[in-house]
Amino acid sequence: MSITQLSALELRDHIADGKLTSEAATQAYLDRIEACDSEVKSYIEVDADDALQQAREVDQRLASGESVGCLGGVPIAIKDLLCTRGQVTTCASRMLQEYRPPYNATVVEKVKAAGGVLLGKTNLDEFAMGGSTENSAIQLTRNPWDLSRVPGGSSGGAAACVAGGMAPLSIGTDTGGSIRQPAAFCGVVGLKPTYGRVSRYGLVAFASSLDQIGPLAWSVPDAALLLEAIAGHDPQDSTSATKPVPLYSETVDQPLKGMKLGYPREHFEAGLNPEVAEKVQAAMDVYRSLGASITEISLPHSKYAIAAYYIIAPSEASSNLARYDGAHYGYRTDEKQLLRELKEEREALEAAGKYDAVNDLDSPLIRMYRKSRAEGFGSEVKRRIMIGTYALSSGYYDAYYLKALKVRRLIRSDFDQVFENVDFVIGPVTPDVAFPIGAMTDDPLSLYLQDLYTVGSNLAGITSISVPCGATASGLPVGLQLQAPAFEEERLLRAANMFQVETDWHTRRPTLG
Amino acid sequence: MNPPTYEIIIGLEVHVQLATRTKLFCRCSTQFGASPNTQTCPVCTGSPGALPVMNRYAFQLALQTAIALNCEIPRFTKWDRKQYYYPDLPKGYQISQFDLPMSEHGWLEISDPEGAFPTKRVGITRAHLEEDAGKSMHDEAAGKADSRIDLNRTGTPLLEIVSEPDMRSPLEAKAYLTELRLLLTYLQVSDCNMQEGSLRVDANINLGIPTDDGEIRTPIVEVKNMNSFRAVERALDYEAERQYQVWQETGHRIGDVPKQTRGWDDQLQVTKGQRSKEESSDYRYFPDPDLIPVTVSEEQIDEVVKKQPELPAALRERLQANYKLSHYDADVMVNQGRSLVDYFIEVADRSQDAKRATNWVQQDVMRTLNETGIGIDEFPINAERLAELVLAIKNGELDSSRSRDVFQFMMDEKPDLQAALKALGIEKVDDSVLVDLCRTLLAANPKVVADVQAGKQQAIGALIGQAKKQNPNVNPGQVREICLQLIQEMPS
Repeated sequence: MSITQLSALELRDHIADGKLTSEAATQAYLDRIEACDSEVKSYIEVDADDALQQAREVDQRLASGESVGCLGGVPIAIKDLLCTRGQVTTCASRMLQEYRPPYNATVVEKVKAAGGVLLGKTNLDEFAMGGSTENSAIQLTRNPWDLSRVPGGSSGGAAACVAGGMAPLSIGTDTGGSIRQPAAFCGVVGLKPTYGRVSRYGLVAFASSLDQIGPLAWSVPDAALLLEAIAGHDPQDSTSATKPVPLYSETVDQPLKGMKLGYPREHFEAGLNPEVAEKVQAAMDVYRSLGASITEISLPHSKYAIAAYYIIAPSEASSNLARYDGAHYGYRTDEKQLLRELKEEREALEAAGKYDAVNDLDSPLIRMYRKSRAEGFGSEVKRRIMIGTYALSSGYYDAYYLKALKVRRLIRSDFDQVFENVDFVIGPVTPDVAFPIGAMTDDPLSLYLQDLYTVGSNLAGITSISVPCGATASGLPVGLQLQAPAFEEERLLRAANMFQVETDWHTRRPTLG
Repeated sequence: MNPPTYEIIIGLEVHVQLATRTKLFCRCSTQFGASPNTQTCPVCTGSPGALPVMNRYAFQLALQTAIALNCEIPRFTKWDRKQYYYPDLPKGYQISQFDLPMSEHGWLEISDPEGAFPTKRVGITRAHLEEDAGKSMHDEAAGKADSRIDLNRTGTPLLEIVSEPDMRSPLEAKAYLTELRLLLTYLQVSDCNMQEGSLRVDANINLGIPTDDGEIRTPIVEVKNMNSFRAVERALDYEAERQYQVWQETGHRIGDVPKQTRGWDDQLQVTKGQRSKEESSDYRYFPDPDLIPVTVSEEQIDEVVKKQPELPAALRERLQANYKLSHYDADVMVNQGRSLVDYFIEVADRSQDAKRATNWVQQDVMRTLNETGIGIDEFPINAERLAELVLAIKNGELDSSRSRDVFQFMMDEKPDLQAALKALGIEKVDDSVLVDLCRTLLAANPKVVADVQAGKQQAIGALIGQAKKQNPNVNPGQVREICLQLIQEMPS
């Protein structure tokens, strides 16, 4: 078996046992990236020298008998929305194409402290806004199972690099489904932790009350390992939880007994691809065979989830993205041309005798803001900034933002009630499988509906996981979603692993190269 | 024309930088005067991904101030984002408090020692915490129209204290500011340095004009850019007069025109209209999702109340009640700050002579402090030494006519009473020596004796001068007394 087919746990143990060096493992992945990523384009940036240097350091520490942490020498890909000191952190935006942060995200520090080797930064929808990674201003990422299709998004690069065997572990972010949906499209495992479980410090904010960082991997135990490394309280993030972090990787293979699962009828209604429904039903049968009881439940307010989400997330985004104004860092419009333009406009108005209009001309500062933002942001980002700005405007705040917050509370209480009777909610991750590139470009609403089953977890702040549970006739992966109460990652991972022990979907790989 | 009769209505917004070592949401220093952009970090520069964490000490100082301003403290308060674009605001929003401020509904009592207006309570609408912005420096001199931004100040904790429109004259506005600054100084929550921008004042002013159809109100104007309390008083004086004239010309009432902002030009002593914000700003306030709400417990409030120092108003009352100071003197003393008051109290307590202690502290000590520009903590004569001096005078060991020399010696040479007395050759003259001296003087001045016997007692004055010449330590009162006694005893 080649190195890039080993699980992260196997890699780590081989490195610890001296069967393999971290340098050799890292080199194997760099070679794979070299061979396959020109097709997939999952990485925005790979710094091979830096990765090998990190790997050698881990090897040296191991050689001198030091302990190297739970990720000891395993290469890891990072979504390019997390700050890495001195290295490009583009957020897949023209606005930050040249931006190099002065600090590391807490999660990046934690990965390093646990002995992980940073391989590179993966592609995403600009500022994580999108569900196909087509909104990247940097490049188009393709689905390794079918290069004519999208990998999902926004963590499309994060899912595609694992699916393509170009990283054993990868870190993504999930605001409305951005880890789970690409994991489902690419046939890998993706976990969205409970809000507050993983520090957001250094995660470039999209919607602060919804964003969470989480792991992607082939297997549930590998995802458990990475979550263990990155979870925990951070004094630099006021919203991070102080609860202790269980050793997920040590309990993940312990099956749960007498599991109670509930499937929401709202997640099996019109719009669900029958092939997806069939695979999810089959997955439910697997759980039945393991002794789980499965009942129909209802999340009565889930039909409002998309509407609430597309008010709350853009509102926060409109504020979070205000800082990209060209004044301090990032993209700034050509100033000479700007001044020339203003001069021409003024002269034209004066020539036409429109002196009042001259007074209304932008100041150079205002024009600099306008042009820098107009040129630096892509259309989906602009759309969301406008929606959010509108929703927060005086006169509309109560009708939109405040109303959305009320719906959010109802959605949360839906889950609270459901979890009084069942341990987990089970169902599809997405209504459909990976769609062809360009298919939804002109139809943002259809794309927003991809989030139908996933946004609830973000609005409620709970944890959920996407596990591969089959493939369509045309060979496209289908994902199974399990949702659990807040801070129940330990049991959620165990439940998900039970499925993988019984099935082999996670062992199937696409052919690349 | 009759003098204008109108009522001036003033409300003030005061921004106070709180005296924390570090900023409100990060650990950067708040020290004033460092090189530009050296006290910054990813949080206060708004770097992508950085998150704020509240400085608990700043909240504590705000709580102390709000309680001293008699505010109600809600048990729950939260942070909101106030959104606008300006280069000195690197996040594109300011973290502030909107609908649930950390305190509201307080008051501050103001009075005028000379009774220019009756003592009154000015309502405090609210006091809330927020982060300061950076500083823009516009260099238009070089013709380059170059602007530079210093983000050192960004994130410094600010307490915004908003008053009700309860002040009825610029003098009352000044009294409010003076009393507020004094309170903040006594609480040690801010250095209140207006030059360095740690205390900034904006004023809202309009007029109530009685007419035949009842009182009408003129449009409210916000006045900014006032760099001293004196400037506030003058700007408001000017603005009241200007608004009256504008009203006479236009008849505009409140609501007829948008709220205007005017800046005070200290050189020209006028207010000037600032570029009116065509589109009235919509700050799109919403709760900051990066920060958790703050809960304040009963115990926390009790703790602050327990530790609250004696505040100026209470101290003034104590000085009047226990030390018999006049309202005016108490005011002067308290305005000098707590350490001078403590100094005075120690002198008065040790000497058990509040009257003399008052005179010495208010005249000689304060004059010297003013002349030398030093604070009472650096004053060479400590309270114990000054009390000794006061006691010596009180006990008649030191004649008041020579006490200033002693004070000066203690100031200049050595703050030691006995050393001063010795150096100046001051000692108590023995009674028998004094009687002998008087006898000699009377014998040598028969005309004085005759004048006194003829009823002109003031003639004794000539002898006092001669006595002091012969022995500078004699007490003039005693010389007078003994001489009169001796003359009375003479056979006529």
